[in-house]
Amino acid sequence: MTIKGKAYIAGIFEHPTRHAPDKSTAQLHAEVAKGAIEDAGLSKDDVDGYFCAGDAPGGAWPMVDYLGLNTKKLRHVDSTETGGCSYIIHLGHAAEAIAAGKCSIALITLAGKPRTGAMPPRAAGAEADFESAYGATTHNAYGMCAMRHMHDYGTTSEQLAWIKVAASHHAQYNPHAMLKDVVTVEDVLNSPMISDPLHRMDCCVVSDGGGALIVTTPEIAKSLKKPLVKLIGHGEAMKGPRGGKDLDLTYSAGIWSGPRAFEEAGITPKDIKYASIYDSFTITVLMQLEDLGFCKKGEGGKFVADGNLISGVGKLPFNTDGGGLCSNHPVNRGGMTKILEAVRQLRGEAHPKVQVQNCDLAIAHGTGGLLGVRHAASTAILERV
Amino acid sequence: MSEAKKYPAPVTNPETAAFWDAAKEGKFMIKRCTACGEAHYFPRAICPFCYSDKTVWEESSGEATIYTWSLMRKSPTGPYAIGYVTLKEGPSLQTNFVDCDLTTLKIGQKVKVVFKPTDGAPLPFFTPA
Repeated sequence: MTIKGKAYIAGIFEHPTRHAPDKSTAQLHAEVAKGAIEDAGLSKDDVDGYFCAGDAPGGAWPMVDYLGLNTKKLRHVDSTETGGCSYIIHLGHAAEAIAAGKCSIALITLAGKPRTGAMPPRAAGAEADFESAYGATTHNAYGMCAMRHMHDYGTTSEQLAWIKVAASHHAQYNPHAMLKDVVTVEDVLNSPMISDPLHRMDCCVVSDGGGALIVTTPEIAKSLKKPLVKLIGHGEAMKGPRGGKDLDLTYSAGIWSGPRAFEEAGITPKDIKYASIYDSFTITVLMQLEDLGFCKKGEGGKFVADGNLISGVGKLPFNTDGGGLCSNHPVNRGGMTKILEAVRQLRGEAHPKVQVQNCDLAIAHGTGGLLGVRHAASTAILERV
Repeated sequence: MSEAKKYPAPVTNPETAAFWDAAKEGKFMIKRCTACGEAHYFPRAICPFCYSDKTVWEESSGEATIYTWSLMRKSPTGPYAIGYVTLKEGPSLQTNFVDCDLTTLKIGQKVKVVFKPTDGAPLPFFTPA
């Protein structure tokens, strides 16, 4: 059984807001749901599958009710919560459900307002007494990965900075991007140190907003008017310190989710024309590129340097919307926007200055949780038909 | 460094109570599986490696080396250094480094356990040996 070719992304929407003090979180979910349903050319009453994660107020059943979905028709629900990569996992789960005949038009939503107010804390795991006092945050959990990667492989702050530089080159063309100024390696190195060795410009933005997807059957997708974008491979994985044995913070669970997705798709990283790579921090991108096989482990620094990720300049255009580093990181969860820009690239709807020519194969990959502690990863490979 | 930093008291539960009881006596405990011989941290009743329930408490030497660290400079309670250390007995664990110049920490540096008080059982931290 494979999901290859069994599901298409027929509708996408990214909320243009980056700061929404005058809206409710549920309202943002409704606005992105409406946007994606209209983009697909469907009606809300067509939706028979709903997917959401921990950002949906109250979870699935309050959201389904609030959104006014057609409960006589809705027959599949999935509220898998894996942090920022939840929506990439949802995409795979929607394809599985569609392939199994459990639904035919799936709606996936993400929305929230971390810029307006503090996010509710995560529920504690079994490790809480043994870890929570030590103050692991996103910044220092990723800082610990970067510190060890530098130690083991000689990766430098200059190399990490190139990732931000590439994102900023793309963000200058995105009218909705939070940070539109093109920056240099020196700018990144001169920004304040937040959590060694990560500088402020190694970190993504904090933004309110959201996004949504419509995933459907090949038949329904072909009856609609949008360019056809097909899911051909999907993978998911998790990683943690596992009792403290053989700790290695220089790789992510992408080392397992990536090969699973590529094997299902029947292609290799060399075939990819455009890559959406979760960029919570610059180190996140570098490690994931290695883990996905775009370069060897330890060679990510060389791979990202000298503009190799800049569209029209380098070999692997990435995050052409400006990514989380410059454009948008709604609800501190970057998985949704990774899928959205990959679909825009495959449709030919990216900004002309960053549109990849003949973009027929793209990857959207992300992590959720804390890379240096416990996390999930998910990989989706998409093809323009 | 901030002397007044207050740490939360462990909640504890039946699976881990013996760890915190030992901590009150200044002992740093790990768990070892008598079936597969592997030590692990944080302590579990069931060995995470072989799923045997024949796990026993063992006092750690408290000697470790720094696997990685990061100095969190932006914090409302003042800067702090988080990291992982690898115990002489094998397992690695998350901790904070205390009672030292946080800007001079190095991967591979030798450290030792030190307990800090809370309103409940004391918490283990590490400091340069």
